[in-house]
Amino acid sequence: MDIHKCVGCGLCVKACKIENDVDWDANVTRTWVERYVVTKGSRDKDGNIKPGETLIDSPKGARDGFTSQKIDQAHMGLKEVNPDEIAKAFFVPKLCNHCENPPCVQVCPVGATYQTEDGVVLVDRTWCIGCGYCVMGCPYGVRYFHPTLHVAEKCTLCYHRLSQGMKTACVDACPFGARRVGNIRDPEDPVTKIITSEQVNVLKEEFGTKPQVFYLGSSMEVK
Amino acid sequence: MVHGEAWTLKEFFVYPNEYIYWSIQIVMYPFMTGLVAGAFVLSSLYHVFGVKQLKDIARFALVFSLALLPVAMMPLMLHLQQPQRGIYVMMTPHFTSAIAAFGIVFTTYGLIVASEIWFVYRQFIVETVLDLRAKQQRSTIESLQLLLYSTLSMGAMDISPEALHKDEKAVGILAGIGIPVACFLHGYAGFIFGSVKANALWMTPLMPVIFICSAVVSGIALCIVTYIVTMELRKLIYKWKRKNNPRLPSTEELKSAELLTVTMTAKYLVMFLVLAITLELLDLIFRTYTAVKSWDILRAVIYERDFFKIFILQYGLGNAVPFIIFLRKGLTIPRAVVGTLLVLMGVFMMRWNVVIGGQAFSASFSGFMEYQLPIWPSSIELFKEGLFGALSVIITPFVLFFIVTRVLPVFGVKDSH
Repeated sequence: MDIHKCVGCGLCVKACKIENDVDWDANVTRTWVERYVVTKGSRDKDGNIKPGETLIDSPKGARDGFTSQKIDQAHMGLKEVNPDEIAKAFFVPKLCNHCENPPCVQVCPVGATYQTEDGVVLVDRTWCIGCGYCVMGCPYGVRYFHPTLHVAEKCTLCYHRLSQGMKTACVDACPFGARRVGNIRDPEDPVTKIITSEQVNVLKEEFGTKPQVFYLGSSMEVK
Repeated sequence: MVHGEAWTLKEFFVYPNEYIYWSIQIVMYPFMTGLVAGAFVLSSLYHVFGVKQLKDIARFALVFSLALLPVAMMPLMLHLQQPQRGIYVMMTPHFTSAIAAFGIVFTTYGLIVASEIWFVYRQFIVETVLDLRAKQQRSTIESLQLLLYSTLSMGAMDISPEALHKDEKAVGILAGIGIPVACFLHGYAGFIFGSVKANALWMTPLMPVIFICSAVVSGIALCIVTYIVTMELRKLIYKWKRKNNPRLPSTEELKSAELLTVTMTAKYLVMFLVLAITLELLDLIFRTYTAVKSWDILRAVIYERDFFKIFILQYGLGNAVPFIIFLRKGLTIPRAVVGTLLVLMGVFMMRWNVVIGGQAFSASFSGFMEYQLPIWPSSIELFKEGLFGALSVIITPFVLFFIVTRVLPVFGVKDSH
């Protein structure tokens, strides 16, 4: 994921929903884009320093992109930010990290969530009992219950496409090349070369999950 | 509408897929297993450690733990999105998951409780069979009773003093094994939460121990209050029956026996209550002191958003007030009832504050989620995961207890020890 290149258009989210038959209007999504708006610090009348704040939103998972400058604060409504007060702003695409040490696989009581030999984490829809332990166990919030099948659901890294030598739907849909997919076990793969030679970061490293989604240009505000 | 959306209110930034997925039934699950484990531990205090004063309530607690046992599974079945596949946990357990142990632990525990009850009641069962067999004329109900008790006796009709002595030994051994298994059954419920590294509030190695202590507290409290209710009913029934049979114990006799048992049991309740509070406070102090990354959001949940639920309902009314009630000299039955009911409410709130409180904030640490308990069951999901689903879980053990005690009475029975 190249955060410098993402413009928050949401085409990846649209493509994923269509490709994987994810209910269009359901408030769940296999991939989403977050908008980060960090405001400048300021001084009040008495000269006290008021630190800047980080505002984050992802309306409908950014399925339709970010069409309003107001920040969606869920039940707290929309928050308007004066453009002059913005210190920095950027977009962060998210999806399942297909962790090398996936907590969701560890906690599944029946083995319905499993890791393929090539490292992709999948769910067996015919075996999931719907306890939600995997949903609770994921630190990245990528899992949810399928609205009609009532089993645990998540990004499959378009396994049906990858196994045919194709790229994931979100990667194909991204017009700016912010999303790329590769085989990390192949040192000659262009994506592997970026990961090994450039300054990349992963999300929530402290959980020891060894995430396999790498971010270029990530910032400390990213959750 | 996706699962969880109906009762989750999001504030600020919450990941799009985050909802309160573990709702009221997952509050009920540790609450009910806690009651099972606690009731069993109470009965074992007499059977294993020979606390004679608890003899009267021990049998009561044992039968009650049998009635509670199937109910421990009920909230899980109501919670599962695919309940018909629940059996897979037993058939294809994935042992890296804490939940996978459920089938094994639950079955072992069930077998121990059932066997212990069988040994405790064997003399009664055999005597009933012999009495019924001796009758020349048997009504249909009596014939059915004979069939039932003959089956329950499993052909073991020897009630010689030696055989009864062996029964007594068996009860001691089973109760002895039962204590660690009961603690494991509940400790592992704590482990289910404590091992979720993705959840900042749940993840602590203290969780299983906290769960066990509060389980024993709640189990003892429920036994006391149910015992009192049953004794009050007995008093009324005996008062009415004594008109025809003056040999029955007087109200005063029953009253003094009742107070003695309650006072004694309450002492154990206070002991475990102290232990539970100490551990819970230790956890809170440790979190406050270490103040790791998640502390900002946890502080907002604990000291602001859930302040009333944690400090007023759980610690205040649920712990401090009953503590004073039980420690003041001259415990009376009405005070014991108030105290135990408050303890039960306190333990329920502890479960609530752990399960719901642990989902009151987003894993992004940038937003909150509020749980709105579904009241009116306008759909099956809202029934299962709502007030009425929870109420059916609460009512069921009492119904089962009533049915079980029709077959295995808890009062006025000579047992084999």
